[in-house]
Amino acid sequence: MKDKIRELLGKLGGLPVAVDTLADSADLYAAGLSSFASVQLMLGIEDAFDIEFPDHLLNRKSFASIDAIAETVSAIVEGREAA
Amino acid sequence: MDMQVTFLDRLFDSGLLIDTGVEGLYARSGTFEDVITGFERLIDKFSGETGAEVIRFPPGMNRSYFEGSGYMKNFPQLAGTVHCFCGDDLAHADLIQCMAAGEDWTGGQKASDIVLTPAACYPLYPIVAKRGNLQAGGGLFNIQSYCFRHEPSMDPARMQLFRMREFVRMGKPADVMAFRQEWMEKGKELMAQVALPVDIDVANDPFFGRAGRLMKNNQRDQNLKFELLIPITSVSKPTACMSFNYHQDHFGKTWDLKTVDGETAHTACVGFGLERIALALFHHHGLDPKLWPREVRDALFG
Repeated sequence: MKDKIRELLGKLGGLPVAVDTLADSADLYAAGLSSFASVQLMLGIEDAFDIEFPDHLLNRKSFASIDAIAETVSAIVEGREAA
Repeated sequence: MDMQVTFLDRLFDSGLLIDTGVEGLYARSGTFEDVITGFERLIDKFSGETGAEVIRFPPGMNRSYFEGSGYMKNFPQLAGTVHCFCGDDLAHADLIQCMAAGEDWTGGQKASDIVLTPAACYPLYPIVAKRGNLQAGGGLFNIQSYCFRHEPSMDPARMQLFRMREFVRMGKPADVMAFRQEWMEKGKELMAQVALPVDIDVANDPFFGRAGRLMKNNQRDQNLKFELLIPITSVSKPTACMSFNYHQDHFGKTWDLKTVDGETAHTACVGFGLERIALALFHHHGLDPKLWPREVRDALFG
Protein backbone atom coordinates (compact mmCIF):
# COMPACT_ATOMS: atom_id res chain seq x y z
CA MET A 1 0.00 0.00 0.00
CA LYS A 2 2.78 2.42 0.86
CA ASP A 3 4.36 1.89 -2.58
CA LYS A 4 1.08 2.93 -4.20
CA ILE A 5 0.81 5.94 -1.88
CA ARG A 6 4.39 6.92 -2.78
CA GLU A 7 3.57 6.62 -6.46
CA LEU A 8 0.49 8.85 -6.10
CA LEU A 9 2.42 11.32 -3.95
CA GLY A 10 5.07 11.57 -6.66
CA LYS A 11 2.46 12.12 -9.34
CA LEU A 12 0.05 14.46 -7.52
CA GLY A 13 1.95 15.92 -4.56
CA GLY A 14 3.82 18.60 -6.48
CA LEU A 15 6.73 18.21 -4.05
CA PRO A 16 9.99 20.02 -4.78
CA VAL A 17 11.92 16.90 -3.61
CA ALA A 18 11.93 13.31 -4.93
CA VAL A 19 9.53 11.09 -3.00
CA ASP A 20 12.33 8.44 -2.65
CA THR A 21 14.22 10.82 -0.39
CA LEU A 22 11.35 10.95 2.12
CA ALA A 23 10.98 8.50 5.01
CA ASP A 24 7.53 7.02 5.64
CA SER A 25 7.34 9.18 8.74
CA ALA A 26 8.55 12.41 7.08
CA ASP A 27 6.33 15.50 7.49
CA LEU A 28 4.85 16.01 4.03
CA TYR A 29 3.82 19.62 4.72
CA ALA A 30 7.39 20.44 5.71
CA ALA A 31 8.46 18.74 2.45
CA GLY A 32 6.25 21.16 0.51
CA LEU A 33 2.82 19.53 0.19
CA SER A 34 0.37 22.39 -0.43
CA SER A 35 -3.33 22.43 0.45
CA PHE A 36 -4.19 22.26 -3.26
CA ALA A 37 -1.90 19.28 -3.79
CA SER A 38 -3.32 17.49 -0.74
CA VAL A 39 -6.77 17.74 -2.34
CA GLN A 40 -5.44 16.19 -5.58
CA LEU A 41 -3.72 13.47 -3.54
CA MET A 42 -6.92 12.79 -1.58
CA LEU A 43 -8.94 12.37 -4.80
CA GLY A 44 -6.18 10.15 -6.31
CA ILE A 45 -6.10 7.91 -3.24
CA GLU A 46 -9.88 7.57 -3.20
CA ASP A 47 -9.77 6.51 -6.83
CA ALA A 48 -6.84 4.10 -6.46
CA PHE A 49 -8.14 2.33 -3.36
CA ASP A 50 -11.83 2.66 -4.23
CA ILE A 51 -12.65 4.31 -0.94
CA GLU A 52 -14.25 7.52 0.24
CA PHE A 53 -12.78 9.54 3.09
CA PRO A 54 -15.43 10.27 5.71
CA ASP A 55 -15.73 13.99 6.47
CA HIS A 56 -14.05 13.76 9.87
CA LEU A 57 -10.89 12.33 8.28
CA LEU A 58 -10.67 15.10 5.68
CA ASN A 59 -8.10 17.00 7.66
CA ARG A 60 -4.47 17.95 7.70
CA LYS A 61 -3.48 15.11 10.03
CA SER A 62 -4.67 12.39 7.62
CA PHE A 63 -2.15 13.54 4.99
CA ALA A 64 0.71 14.53 7.30
CA SER A 65 3.01 11.62 6.32
CA ILE A 66 3.06 8.44 4.24
CA ASP A 67 2.54 6.52 7.50
CA ALA A 68 -0.47 8.68 8.37
CA ILE A 69 -2.03 8.24 4.93
CA ALA A 70 -1.50 4.45 5.09
CA GLU A 71 -3.04 4.30 8.56
CA THR A 72 -6.06 6.34 7.43
CA VAL A 73 -6.57 4.28 4.27
CA SER A 74 -6.25 1.02 6.24
CA ALA A 75 -8.80 2.19 8.77
CA ILE A 76 -11.28 3.04 6.00
CA VAL A 77 -10.64 -0.20 4.05
CA GLU A 78 -11.05 -2.33 7.16
CA GLY A 79 -14.28 -0.60 7.97
CA ARG A 80 -12.94 0.82 11.20
CA GLU A 81 -14.00 4.23 9.90
CA ALA A 82 -17.47 4.27 8.46
CA ALA A 83 -18.02 6.82 5.71
CA MET B 1 -34.79 33.40 9.26
CA ASP B 2 -37.73 35.35 10.64
CA MET B 3 -35.36 37.83 12.19
CA GLN B 4 -33.63 38.20 8.81
CA VAL B 5 -36.90 38.82 6.99
CA THR B 6 -38.08 41.25 9.65
CA PHE B 7 -34.88 43.29 9.46
CA LEU B 8 -34.98 43.26 5.65
CA ASP B 9 -38.62 44.43 5.72
CA ARG B 10 -37.70 47.24 8.10
CA LEU B 11 -34.83 48.27 5.81
CA PHE B 12 -37.23 48.34 2.83
CA ASP B 13 -39.94 50.16 4.80
CA SER B 14 -37.49 52.81 5.94
CA GLY B 15 -36.17 53.22 2.39
CA LEU B 16 -32.56 52.49 3.42
CA LEU B 17 -32.51 49.59 0.96
CA ILE B 18 -34.68 49.43 -2.14
CA ASP B 19 -36.03 46.11 -3.38
CA THR B 20 -35.15 45.17 -6.98
CA GLY B 21 -37.08 41.91 -7.07
CA VAL B 22 -33.92 39.80 -6.75
CA GLU B 23 -32.75 38.46 -3.38
CA GLY B 24 -29.46 40.03 -2.40
CA LEU B 25 -29.59 42.75 -5.09
CA TYR B 26 -30.60 46.08 -3.56
CA ALA B 27 -30.34 49.76 -4.29
CA ARG B 28 -29.10 51.97 -1.43
CA SER B 29 -30.56 55.27 -0.20
CA GLY B 30 -28.56 58.44 0.31
CA THR B 31 -28.64 57.87 4.07
CA PHE B 32 -27.26 54.34 3.67
CA GLU B 33 -24.46 55.67 1.44
CA ASP B 34 -23.63 58.46 3.92
CA VAL B 35 -22.98 55.78 6.54
CA ILE B 36 -20.68 53.85 4.19
CA THR B 37 -18.84 57.05 3.26
CA GLY B 38 -18.48 57.95 6.93
CA PHE B 39 -17.15 54.52 7.82
CA GLU B 40 -14.65 54.52 4.95
CA ARG B 41 -13.40 57.91 6.15
CA LEU B 42 -13.07 56.47 9.66
CA ILE B 43 -11.07 53.53 8.28
CA ASP B 44 -8.67 55.95 6.59
CA LYS B 45 -8.33 58.14 9.67
CA PHE B 46 -7.87 55.19 12.00
CA SER B 47 -5.76 52.83 9.91
CA GLY B 48 -2.42 54.59 10.05
CA GLU B 49 -1.68 52.89 6.71
CA THR B 50 -0.74 56.25 5.23
CA GLY B 51 1.84 54.87 2.81
CA ALA B 52 -0.64 52.53 1.14
CA GLU B 53 -1.19 52.85 -2.60
CA VAL B 54 -4.88 53.63 -3.18
CA ILE B 55 -6.61 51.65 -5.96
CA ARG B 56 -10.34 51.51 -6.71
CA PHE B 57 -11.53 48.70 -8.96
CA PRO B 58 -14.62 48.43 -11.16
CA PRO B 59 -16.90 45.48 -10.32
CA GLY B 60 -15.46 43.36 -13.15
CA MET B 61 -12.00 41.87 -13.66
CA ASN B 62 -9.94 40.46 -16.52
CA ARG B 63 -11.23 36.93 -17.21
CA SER B 64 -7.71 35.58 -17.79
CA TYR B 65 -6.65 36.87 -14.33
CA PHE B 66 -9.75 35.25 -12.86
CA GLU B 67 -8.91 31.94 -14.56
CA GLY B 68 -5.31 32.12 -13.37
CA SER B 69 -6.38 32.82 -9.79
CA GLY B 70 -7.76 29.31 -9.32
CA TYR B 71 -11.09 30.70 -8.07
CA MET B 72 -13.06 28.08 -10.02
CA LYS B 73 -11.15 25.27 -8.30
CA ASN B 74 -12.43 26.40 -4.94
CA PHE B 75 -15.61 28.46 -5.30
CA PRO B 76 -17.31 27.62 -8.62
CA GLN B 77 -20.72 27.99 -6.95
CA LEU B 78 -20.14 31.69 -6.18
CA ALA B 79 -18.67 33.00 -9.42
CA GLY B 80 -20.47 35.19 -11.94
CA THR B 81 -19.30 35.65 -15.52
CA VAL B 82 -20.31 38.32 -18.02
CA HIS B 83 -21.75 36.89 -21.24
CA CYS B 84 -22.72 39.00 -24.26
CA PHE B 85 -24.54 38.77 -27.56
CA CYS B 86 -22.01 38.40 -30.40
CA GLY B 87 -24.26 37.12 -33.19
CA ASP B 88 -25.48 38.37 -36.59
CA ASP B 89 -28.90 39.64 -37.72
CA LEU B 90 -30.35 36.15 -37.87
CA ALA B 91 -29.16 35.30 -34.37
CA HIS B 92 -30.59 38.61 -33.18
CA ALA B 93 -34.00 37.79 -34.69
CA ASP B 94 -33.90 34.39 -32.90
CA LEU B 95 -33.02 36.05 -29.64
CA ILE B 96 -35.88 38.55 -29.86
CA GLN B 97 -38.29 35.77 -30.76
CA CYS B 98 -37.20 33.61 -27.81
CA MET B 99 -37.48 36.55 -25.43
CA ALA B 100 -40.96 37.46 -26.69
CA ALA B 101 -42.08 33.85 -26.31
CA GLY B 102 -40.66 33.67 -22.77
CA GLU B 103 -38.16 30.99 -23.81
CA ASP B 104 -34.50 30.77 -22.84
CA TRP B 105 -32.77 33.46 -24.92
CA THR B 106 -29.38 33.16 -23.18
CA GLY B 107 -28.07 30.00 -24.88
CA GLY B 108 -26.22 31.91 -27.60
CA GLN B 109 -24.58 34.42 -25.26
CA LYS B 110 -20.78 34.24 -25.42
CA ALA B 111 -18.33 34.69 -22.57
CA SER B 112 -16.77 38.15 -22.64
CA ASP B 113 -13.31 39.04 -21.34
CA ILE B 114 -14.85 40.22 -18.07
CA VAL B 115 -15.76 38.27 -14.95
CA LEU B 116 -17.48 39.81 -11.92
CA THR B 117 -14.89 40.42 -9.22
CA PRO B 118 -15.33 37.86 -6.42
CA ALA B 119 -13.10 39.61 -3.84
CA ALA B 120 -11.51 43.05 -3.97
CA CYS B 121 -7.92 41.78 -3.92
CA TYR B 122 -8.21 39.20 -6.74
CA PRO B 123 -7.44 41.72 -9.52
CA LEU B 124 -4.61 43.26 -7.47
CA TYR B 125 -2.02 40.45 -7.36
CA PRO B 126 -1.47 40.01 -11.12
CA ILE B 127 -1.36 43.79 -11.61
CA VAL B 128 1.33 44.19 -8.95
CA ALA B 129 3.27 41.11 -10.14
CA LYS B 130 3.48 42.62 -13.64
CA ARG B 131 5.36 45.61 -12.26
CA GLY B 132 8.31 43.38 -11.28
CA ASN B 133 9.78 42.59 -7.87
CA LEU B 134 8.32 44.40 -4.87
CA GLN B 135 10.36 47.24 -3.44
CA ALA B 136 12.33 46.90 -0.21
CA GLY B 137 9.83 46.66 2.64
CA GLY B 138 7.22 45.01 0.41
CA GLY B 139 3.90 46.41 -0.77
CA LEU B 140 0.88 47.92 0.96
CA PHE B 141 -2.39 48.66 -0.84
CA ASN B 142 -5.66 50.36 0.07
CA ILE B 143 -8.28 48.93 -2.28
CA GLN B 144 -12.03 48.80 -2.75
CA SER B 145 -14.32 47.05 -5.19
CA TYR B 146 -17.90 46.04 -5.67
CA CYS B 147 -17.84 42.22 -5.48
CA PHE B 148 -20.26 39.56 -6.69
CA ARG B 149 -21.13 36.23 -5.08
CA HIS B 150 -23.95 34.08 -6.35
CA GLU B 151 -25.73 33.26 -3.12
CA PRO B 152 -29.31 34.56 -3.22
CA SER B 153 -30.61 35.00 0.32
CA MET B 154 -33.28 36.79 2.33
CA ASP B 155 -30.58 37.71 4.83
CA PRO B 156 -29.83 41.39 4.10
CA ALA B 157 -26.29 40.76 5.38
CA ARG B 158 -25.72 38.28 2.53
CA MET B 159 -25.95 40.40 -0.59
CA GLN B 160 -24.97 39.22 -4.05
CA LEU B 161 -23.39 42.57 -4.98
CA PHE B 162 -21.61 44.43 -2.21
CA ARG B 163 -18.51 46.52 -1.54
CA MET B 164 -15.37 45.17 0.02
CA ARG B 165 -12.72 47.51 1.34
CA GLU B 166 -9.28 46.00 1.95
CA PHE B 167 -5.74 46.63 3.01
CA VAL B 168 -3.36 44.17 1.34
CA ARG B 169 0.20 43.56 2.48
CA MET B 170 2.81 41.79 0.34
CA GLY B 171 6.36 40.90 1.31
CA LYS B 172 8.35 38.71 3.68
CA PRO B 173 6.38 36.20 5.80
CA ALA B 174 7.20 37.88 9.14
CA ASP B 175 6.11 41.34 7.92
CA VAL B 176 2.92 40.03 6.40
CA MET B 177 1.98 38.03 9.50
CA ALA B 178 2.72 41.00 11.78
CA PHE B 179 0.45 43.17 9.60
CA ARG B 180 -2.42 40.73 10.00
CA GLN B 181 -1.86 40.38 13.74
CA GLU B 182 -1.87 44.17 14.24
CA TRP B 183 -5.10 44.51 12.28
CA MET B 184 -6.89 41.95 14.44
CA GLU B 185 -6.33 44.35 17.36
CA LYS B 186 -7.01 47.47 15.30
CA GLY B 187 -10.25 45.99 13.99
CA LYS B 188 -11.58 45.63 17.52
CA GLU B 189 -10.54 49.19 18.42
CA LEU B 190 -12.12 50.55 15.25
CA MET B 191 -15.47 48.89 15.96
CA ALA B 192 -15.34 50.15 19.56
CA GLN B 193 -15.30 53.72 18.17
CA VAL B 194 -18.73 53.10 16.65
CA ALA B 195 -19.98 51.13 19.68
CA LEU B 196 -20.42 47.78 17.96
CA PRO B 197 -20.04 44.54 19.95
CA VAL B 198 -17.49 42.23 18.35
CA ASP B 199 -15.98 38.81 18.65
CA ILE B 200 -13.02 37.44 16.72
CA ASP B 201 -12.92 33.79 15.76
CA VAL B 202 -11.04 31.43 13.47
CA ALA B 203 -12.91 30.85 10.21
CA ASN B 204 -12.81 29.21 6.81
CA ASP B 205 -13.81 30.18 3.29
CA PRO B 206 -16.82 28.43 1.67
CA PHE B 207 -14.76 25.96 -0.39
CA PHE B 208 -16.90 23.85 -2.74
CA GLY B 209 -17.69 20.17 -2.43
CA ARG B 210 -15.92 17.29 -0.67
CA ALA B 211 -12.48 18.45 -1.70
CA GLY B 212 -13.53 21.75 -0.17
CA ARG B 213 -14.05 20.05 3.18
CA LEU B 214 -10.35 19.23 3.26
CA MET B 215 -9.48 22.81 2.24
CA LYS B 216 -11.73 24.21 5.00
CA ASN B 217 -10.15 21.99 7.63
CA ASN B 218 -6.64 22.81 6.41
CA GLN B 219 -7.41 26.53 6.55
CA ARG B 220 -8.73 26.27 10.10
CA ASP B 221 -5.93 23.99 11.32
CA GLN B 222 -3.38 26.54 10.16
CA ASN B 223 -5.27 29.60 11.51
CA LEU B 224 -5.13 31.21 8.08
CA LYS B 225 -8.44 33.06 8.39
CA PHE B 226 -10.02 34.97 11.24
CA GLU B 227 -13.27 36.90 11.18
CA LEU B 228 -14.56 39.80 13.23
CA LEU B 229 -18.16 38.91 13.98
CA ILE B 230 -21.04 41.21 14.88
CA PRO B 231 -24.60 40.04 15.57
CA ILE B 232 -26.94 41.50 12.92
CA THR B 233 -29.76 39.14 12.02
CA SER B 234 -28.84 36.42 14.52
CA VAL B 235 -27.18 36.36 17.92
CA SER B 236 -26.21 32.69 17.68
CA LYS B 237 -24.76 33.13 14.19
CA PRO B 238 -23.17 36.59 14.13
CA THR B 239 -22.13 38.07 10.77
CA ALA B 240 -18.52 38.34 9.59
CA CYS B 241 -17.95 42.07 9.07
CA MET B 242 -14.17 41.94 8.74
CA SER B 243 -11.77 39.16 7.83
CA PHE B 244 -8.04 38.76 8.40
CA ASN B 245 -6.47 36.43 5.90
CA TYR B 246 -2.96 35.05 5.58
CA HIS B 247 -2.51 33.47 2.13
CA GLN B 248 1.04 32.21 2.80
CA ASP B 249 2.76 32.04 -0.62
CA HIS B 250 -0.43 31.06 -2.50
CA PHE B 251 -0.83 34.27 -4.51
CA GLY B 252 2.94 34.78 -4.64
CA LYS B 253 3.36 31.42 -6.38
CA THR B 254 0.24 31.81 -8.51
CA TRP B 255 1.37 35.17 -9.94
CA ASP B 256 5.16 34.84 -9.58
CA LEU B 257 5.11 37.77 -7.19
CA LYS B 258 8.60 38.32 -5.71
CA THR B 259 10.14 40.30 -2.89
CA VAL B 260 13.02 42.68 -3.54
CA ASP B 261 15.40 39.75 -2.94
CA GLY B 262 13.67 37.58 -5.53
CA GLU B 263 11.99 35.33 -2.95
CA THR B 264 8.34 34.32 -3.50
CA ALA B 265 6.27 36.97 -1.73
CA HIS B 266 3.80 36.11 1.00
CA THR B 267 0.52 38.05 1.17
CA ALA B 268 -2.20 38.90 3.67
CA CYS B 269 -5.34 40.98 3.44
CA VAL B 270 -7.72 42.62 5.85
CA GLY B 271 -11.22 43.06 4.47
CA PHE B 272 -14.18 45.18 5.53
CA GLY B 273 -17.66 44.18 4.37
CA LEU B 274 -18.95 47.75 4.02
CA GLU B 275 -22.65 46.97 3.61
CA ARG B 276 -22.50 44.52 6.51
CA ILE B 277 -20.90 47.13 8.76
CA ALA B 278 -23.57 49.67 7.74
CA LEU B 279 -26.27 47.07 8.50
CA ALA B 280 -24.65 46.35 11.89
CA LEU B 281 -24.78 50.09 12.67
CA PHE B 282 -28.46 50.32 11.66
CA HIS B 283 -29.29 47.18 13.63
CA HIS B 284 -27.55 48.26 16.83
CA HIS B 285 -28.18 52.02 16.80
CA GLY B 286 -31.49 52.30 14.96
CA LEU B 287 -32.59 53.09 11.43
CA ASP B 288 -32.15 56.87 11.72
CA PRO B 289 -28.48 57.94 11.98
CA LYS B 290 -29.55 61.34 13.32
CA LEU B 291 -30.62 59.54 16.50
CA TRP B 292 -27.41 57.52 16.94
CA PRO B 293 -25.28 58.01 20.07
CA ARG B 294 -23.16 61.15 19.90
CA GLU B 295 -19.82 59.30 20.02
CA VAL B 296 -20.87 57.14 17.07
CA ARG B 297 -22.02 60.18 15.07
CA ASP B 298 -18.80 62.01 15.90
CA ALA B 299 -16.70 59.04 14.79
CA LEU B 300 -18.55 58.68 11.49
CA PHE B 301 -19.62 62.19 10.59
CA GLY B 302 -17.50 64.47 12.80
